[in-house]
Amino acid sequence: MHTNVSTKSVISARNLTKAYGEFKAVDDISFEVPAGESFGLLGPNGAGKSTAMRMIGGVSGRTLGELDIMGLDPEQHGPEVRAHLGVVPQQDNLDEDLKVRDNLIVYGRYFGLPLSYLRPKADELLEFAQLSDRAGAKVDALSGGMKRRLTIARSLINDPKILLLDEPTTGLDPQARHTLWDRLFRLKEAGVTLILTTHYMDEAEQLCDRLIVVDSGSIMAEGSPSSLIKQYSTREVLELRFGAERNAAMAGRLEGVGERLEALPDRVLIYTNDGESALEEVTGAGLHPITSLVRRASLEDVFLRLTGRSLIE
Amino acid sequence: MSSRDTGTRNTGLSPSGLKAHPPPEAARRARRFGSFYFAEHVLRSMRGYGWTIVASSVGTPVVYLFAMGIGLASLVDARAGNQGIGDVSYLTFVAPALLVTAAIMVANEEFSYPVMAGFKWRRIYHGPNASPLSSSQIATGHLMAVAVRLIFTCGIYFLIMMLFGAVPEATGWLAAVVAVVCGLSFGLPLMAYAAGIEEEKGQFPMVMRFVVTPLFLFSGTVFPLDSLPMVVRWIGWLSPLWHGTELGRVFSYDYAEPVWLSVVHVVYLVALALAGWAIAKRRYTRRLGK
Repeated sequence: MHTNVSTKSVISARNLTKAYGEFKAVDDISFEVPAGESFGLLGPNGAGKSTAMRMIGGVSGRTLGELDIMGLDPEQHGPEVRAHLGVVPQQDNLDEDLKVRDNLIVYGRYFGLPLSYLRPKADELLEFAQLSDRAGAKVDALSGGMKRRLTIARSLINDPKILLLDEPTTGLDPQARHTLWDRLFRLKEAGVTLILTTHYMDEAEQLCDRLIVVDSGSIMAEGSPSSLIKQYSTREVLELRFGAERNAAMAGRLEGVGERLEALPDRVLIYTNDGESALEEVTGAGLHPITSLVRRASLEDVFLRLTGRSLIE
Repeated sequence: MSSRDTGTRNTGLSPSGLKAHPPPEAARRARRFGSFYFAEHVLRSMRGYGWTIVASSVGTPVVYLFAMGIGLASLVDARAGNQGIGDVSYLTFVAPALLVTAAIMVANEEFSYPVMAGFKWRRIYHGPNASPLSSSQIATGHLMAVAVRLIFTCGIYFLIMMLFGAVPEATGWLAAVVAVVCGLSFGLPLMAYAAGIEEEKGQFPMVMRFVVTPLFLFSGTVFPLDSLPMVVRWIGWLSPLWHGTELGRVFSYDYAEPVWLSVVHVVYLVALALAGWAIAKRRYTRRLGK
């Protein structure tokens, strides 16, 4: 057992690496997560987030580095580490042969929890997940959002202090996402440490106190959403669309407007602290975009700045 | 072993103050009883198709014992001057074989598609894999649940054999035990095979066609193995169905065979089951990443 971790960290990763032959899915990443924090791994698909999550969850070994979860090495103390965790996987793995409530009870049995605890606990969690009226339904009768909420309810059956959420809202419609975020906020308020992977910048901004931006298995930046935006972007962004054929050509004529400029295939981004003034400058120069939008800078801009690529490709 | 107090509060999601036992206790129980917990899950899932299990457990012996033990038997017994085969009626001769065949059919059903479903199609194994359970406990739990179904099926089968008057010896119930072991000796290697399949390309129908069916036909089930030419008799010697059937006959109607051969049957069946179980556990562990 390692003892040299920060006393407040519930998760500590040092030089964590996972290689499959020559390919490094996770390449030498280090981070610490204090208790009660909502910590995110933000990056595009294939960045290595889920691999890191599987190592934290004690279901995948590491190639190099050190990892402590609640002071325990998951490779040495797998069952003990996993007993601390609640896990919401990227792909649902609910048992569709079982009814909604039975999915919670069966899962709780894996932790050796008695039925006298599990029956009322399952009812409470269904209430929390807004699924009480579906308790006796078959799982395959649930919508995608309901299944995710049921999976979150299932992950809470053992009263975990750490919750791992791998792409919790991927594939959900906006309303279902907001309902889910609301539930996760409540958990955060209750002191649960949330570890979250996402490729949605708005999700990361909504839910994470602090995050690491991951690309190709490596950490590109680390900090709170606001500090990352402050460090890597301007306050506002002016988005201009001149049409797919003309964006690149127009970008050349926009040099000098704002602090920085990114020419993407579908739009031109001008980074500035005053988007409206920049837009006036553009139109004053006789350029007339098909559409224009002034918006607040986001983590998408941070990622673009760091990698030169968009988060969702 | 203990972990540090992290200072986190209870999730506050339990208005009634329900509190789970602490993680070290959960891990201790999972290490000790994890296989039972997963077996409980699989058995609860089986309740979803419980009526199918009950109907097939009753229907199969009734249909087969009528068709073969009475229908076909009337021809065989008449040809043999009512001496049946080896001085017993054809019903008595064939019943232990049909019992073992039923066990193999159940094993074939439960250790093929459900294993693939667990890993890939429905990903049922991945839920417990993220809990304190180990991957090998998941494999063992699956096997335990199927063993329960085998005990149920073979028990019913044996009772119906009794009703048909197909079990003259008091030790006949041991034929049902042999059938359960035989089901596992066929099923666990199949489970190990299924755990290694990444993509289903009709492998299970092939197993049915080219393994299960030939075993049924060439394992001394509906006629004695020694009535086959030497060139195909080896299929019976390799077949768990033949070993199970012969042993079942020893218990069911005092079928005469040397003791050493009965010992060979037991050793062969147990060895196949243990080897299959060991390989299955290794494959589950590799595939589930732990």
